[in-house]
Amino acid sequence: MSKRIDVKDLNVYYGDFLAVEDVTINIEAKSVTAFIGPSGCGKSTFLRTLNRMHEVLPGARVEGEVLLDGDNLYGPGVDPVTVRSQIGMVFQRPNPFPTMSIRDNVLAGVKLNNKKISKGEADVLVERSLQGANLWNEVKDRLEKPGSGLSGGQQQRLCIARAIAVEPQVILMDEPCSALDPISTLAIEDLINELKDQYTVVIVTHNMQQAARVSDKTAFFNIAGTGKPGKLIEFGETQGIFSNPTQKATEDYVSGRFG
Amino acid sequence: MTSTLTPVRSKRSALTKGQLPKYAPLVVLAAALIVGAAILALVGFNAFGWGIVSAVLFAVGLVSWSAAVEGSRRAKDKLATCLVVGSFLVALLPLVSVIWTVLVNGVPGLLAPGFLTSSMNGVTGVYDNRAVEDGAPVLGGIYHALLGTIQITLLATIISVPVGLLTAIYLVEYGNDGRLARAITFFVDVMTGIPSIVAGLFAAAFFFAVVGPGTKTGAVAAVALSVLMIPVVVRSSEEMLKIVPNELREAAYALGVRKWRTILKVVIPTAISGIASGVTLAIARVIGETAPILVTAGFATSINSNVFGGWMASLPTFIYTQILNPTSPANPDPSSQRAWGAALVLIILVMVLNLAARLIARVFAPKAGR
Repeated sequence: MSKRIDVKDLNVYYGDFLAVEDVTINIEAKSVTAFIGPSGCGKSTFLRTLNRMHEVLPGARVEGEVLLDGDNLYGPGVDPVTVRSQIGMVFQRPNPFPTMSIRDNVLAGVKLNNKKISKGEADVLVERSLQGANLWNEVKDRLEKPGSGLSGGQQQRLCIARAIAVEPQVILMDEPCSALDPISTLAIEDLINELKDQYTVVIVTHNMQQAARVSDKTAFFNIAGTGKPGKLIEFGETQGIFSNPTQKATEDYVSGRFG
Repeated sequence: MTSTLTPVRSKRSALTKGQLPKYAPLVVLAAALIVGAAILALVGFNAFGWGIVSAVLFAVGLVSWSAAVEGSRRAKDKLATCLVVGSFLVALLPLVSVIWTVLVNGVPGLLAPGFLTSSMNGVTGVYDNRAVEDGAPVLGGIYHALLGTIQITLLATIISVPVGLLTAIYLVEYGNDGRLARAITFFVDVMTGIPSIVAGLFAAAFFFAVVGPGTKTGAVAAVALSVLMIPVVVRSSEEMLKIVPNELREAAYALGVRKWRTILKVVIPTAISGIASGVTLAIARVIGETAPILVTAGFATSINSNVFGGWMASLPTFIYTQILNPTSPANPDPSSQRAWGAALVLIILVMVLNLAARLIARVFAPKAGR
């Protein structure tokens, strides 16, 4: 239930503005890959190209190839909806649907697509997804309550449960802990460690300790200056990036000398 | 040593200036009312002048007392408070006065037997003359007009809501602020300012040309009203759809949900309370229109339950004709009693619609709570 992603020579644009230039990266299946780098260097933009969420913004487009187990996401005739149902996403700010209960939030991927599901199957799916997101014990007695009544950390785990309920191959996380306190962050990091047994996980983070704690491989992005495109500077084993980087910019960034 | 520890009561805190006592406004108000009455007594007393003179005296008295005791900053604060409260009362006065007048004049009409259940069919000046001269009950009612108003407004709503809501969805979700979207926004703004009689003339002319000259039915009136209603519905729905956070759309897309399903099942449910109350207010806005109905549906004295055929009465046109052409020209009082009763019913209708809007907003609002 997980696939690898290979990106070849990807350029990402907002209109005429080149935001990320010439990225080539290979993301292994069943691993955690972290993207680090200073603000505005294009980490999140690049992450959004991996499930075709980038093009939701007006004028946004990409050049190059993103291969999911060899299939190009940007090939002719590829339906972005199919892509997104295989590659799920968790956003920076928790965004449960305010009109739905906790249970309906988990089932959102099924119900919004009008797929028929029996009550028994739905119950199983809700319990499995919430347990997968380490949230089941906290909410099992109030599944019919609105999702917006949960705490921020619980809402974010609800969003993760919602993402894994559609059984994707890959889960993308865009700074999932930046709005959370240290305890909720720890809960999510533990969860990421468990998720990698089943899913390919890609996480954008500003927190280098977090990247060091959770990821197998780390990619460092940087930007030469405002108005210039972001670039992938270095990609390798997390251990290597943090202890023995090959590039001067990476070393400066991870050691805190800049950024 | 102990003396430094016990607080010195007699000394005023260094952090405060002089303060007016709590009862100061009441004292000034009483003084203003008495002095105002005295001044008015000199020039001839009337309640309206008494109120104005007292209000001015109150403001001047309170502000100058405050300036003397509390300093200029507090005095300015008191002045601003007086102005704000004064403006509020001025704004409220006509509203209260209207409701009071309609209630006083309308209740006898409303309570007349058969007022809500009978029409004006067969009610002639003879009956009205008898009612005034012999004290017989005032006959005739607004059933036909109430029925017409409800049918015309309902049909107008059925036309306007789909058109308006779909336009708003296009503008917010698909328009991308392109040329067409901007053109639509511009024309919607222009339509908002169309005088209602023009909408009526448009609908009348349109049906004269398409169906045949002299076509006056409830449906024509409904078209005229929907010309007035659509821009309001577009505007309010657009605002409501715009404030749905983009994060929710992205969350749905990321789950592999198609755009139209996202709009139908995430965006609209999130905004439905605002949309529903906007629609209800748009209905309240057109339910009292008189001129467009006069030129499109005419007016009738008998019950017509077919919106698509024949002239139709409505509450505003009923009021208009009863006042302007009393059933009995010699004794217009019964007619004016019926008109006031109809006005009261109209106000009650609008009020019920406003309450319904609030109720709908509350029922559909995204639930919070643990």
